[in-house]
Amino acid sequence: MEFKADIGLEVHVQLKTRSKMFTRAPYYYGAEPNTLTDPVVLALPGVLPVMNKEAVRKTVQLGLLCKCEIAERCKWDRKNYFYPDSPKNYQLSQFDQPICNGGEVEIEMLGASRNVMGEHRMVQLTRIHLEEDVGKLTHFANDSLVDYNRAGAPLCEIVTEPDMHNADEVFAFLTALRNNIVAAGLSDCDMEKGQMRCDANISVRPVGQEQLGTKVELKNMNTISGVRNAVAYEIKRQIHAVMSKEPITQQTRRWDPVTQVTSKMRDKEESHDYRYFPDPDLMPVAISAELKEELGKDLPELPFDRQRRYMAELDLPYTITSVLCPDRALAEFFEEALAATKGKGEPKAVANLIVNELLRELSSGEQEGSLPLAESKVTPAHIAELVVLTEEGVITKQIGKEVFIEMYQSGKMPSAIVEEKGLQAEQGDDGELEAIIREVAADPKHEKAIAQFKEGNKKAINSLIGPIMKATQGKADPRKIMELLAKVLG
Amino acid sequence: MPSDKIDIDYVAKLARLDLSEEEKQTFTAQLGDILGYVDKLSDVDVSGVEPMAHAFPLENVLDEDEPREPLTVVEALRNAPAQRDNQIVVPKVVEDA
Repeated sequence: MEFKADIGLEVHVQLKTRSKMFTRAPYYYGAEPNTLTDPVVLALPGVLPVMNKEAVRKTVQLGLLCKCEIAERCKWDRKNYFYPDSPKNYQLSQFDQPICNGGEVEIEMLGASRNVMGEHRMVQLTRIHLEEDVGKLTHFANDSLVDYNRAGAPLCEIVTEPDMHNADEVFAFLTALRNNIVAAGLSDCDMEKGQMRCDANISVRPVGQEQLGTKVELKNMNTISGVRNAVAYEIKRQIHAVMSKEPITQQTRRWDPVTQVTSKMRDKEESHDYRYFPDPDLMPVAISAELKEELGKDLPELPFDRQRRYMAELDLPYTITSVLCPDRALAEFFEEALAATKGKGEPKAVANLIVNELLRELSSGEQEGSLPLAESKVTPAHIAELVVLTEEGVITKQIGKEVFIEMYQSGKMPSAIVEEKGLQAEQGDDGELEAIIREVAADPKHEKAIAQFKEGNKKAINSLIGPIMKATQGKADPRKIMELLAKVLG
Repeated sequence: MPSDKIDIDYVAKLARLDLSEEEKQTFTAQLGDILGYVDKLSDVDVSGVEPMAHAFPLENVLDEDEPREPLTVVEALRNAPAQRDNQIVVPKVVEDA
């Protein structure tokens, strides 16, 4: 029997604000335990919540980014439950009137190879609502410790339709969603810092069956790859269960990243009764058409749109754009560098230098990850100057690589390095270069290539360029070599 | 009577209350009275009236995103019955929200 899986996600994203959702206690990642609280966070008697304007604005932007319908008016509700992560015994959330309804996120599936663009499609969203985060518990053998720093931080919950059907789609969705949100500056979406968290609802059904299977909720996945592995495992587990005639019950399961399996946490019968009701302390929020328009203007071009533009207008290959575009800072660095060449640099040459040379250097010599672009001594002006020097034939490509390393280390401008070290390609003195060419051409080992060249195989001559370059210590202009070679052999 | 609909065991469980048989009877009756009183509202014809979340016609009570001084750890934990490593100690409860 063939099976189809249906996967819906609930993604929580912490918004990048300076203060909390319903009070002005500061919030940032990595503070010492319980140093980011105030009476509202701790739910001391008599406190009242006041909503963070920036969190509302950022949620509207998130909605616009995901092409949601933005509610003209919405309210907040209390979600009641007892657990030490919430000192008030309820979480302020949105029940039946979320800020954003519907929406979609464009995803790209894996292509046939890394050089080929994969299939694109839209994943449908159900809603996005704005709520507060809860405190963090650390469990020990006999007790648990509570840190309320995270409690009350603004948190968006993005709910998708059961519109994904395999683990790779889930991975593609989370990657695209994160790239979009980070590009718009709404959140840093670092899963390891808890800025983005994901639960998955998964069910399987025989192909052809209209009705969705019984869903299982999956929790505790802490990286995007972790989500992919957990979803892939759970699909297999459910198919195996169905094939073995074991009924699938509605339940919540926990992913264990160490053993790479899911295990049951609780059954549906133990699920919560949250008794939602409108929060009497918070006033509704109305979002005008003017506000939507104003907030929409601040949104960046989405990474996939930028990629299509680079491929169509700048004729950049897919491989390069798929490195440049997901990272807004990198893409903007490229655009600045390209602009700085003032039309004298090929987009491809600029992009290649960034994607190949710069990214390689940034990621080498670092213990983990890579040096942030902003901390690099190389600026777009450096890249632009180096590209122009090479394209104008002042230095050769070979020397360009040397100059790159030097400027990466020292931060000196390429022209200064070239000047200082006398790296200019040999210009004018054709005699010397011609002598070298004659010498190389006289070498018997090139006899065959020269014969082929004379018979009309133009490419055969390429095997002579390397040795000639070497003899000039990389300083000769390749175009000059070709010109003189043709003359010498002509 | 609305009290017929009250499952006092369920309500007590949700509120994390351990009630004696006597208390269950008392509270069932009291909750029933409250619900019966509030139920009078259903006598009013509200067809054509738009539901509202709040009694006051106020909206967009929003504050600028300017952080203020937080409490010190000492202040924050002053009411905690037990603390360790600047955190509040609670009985071990492994669950999720």
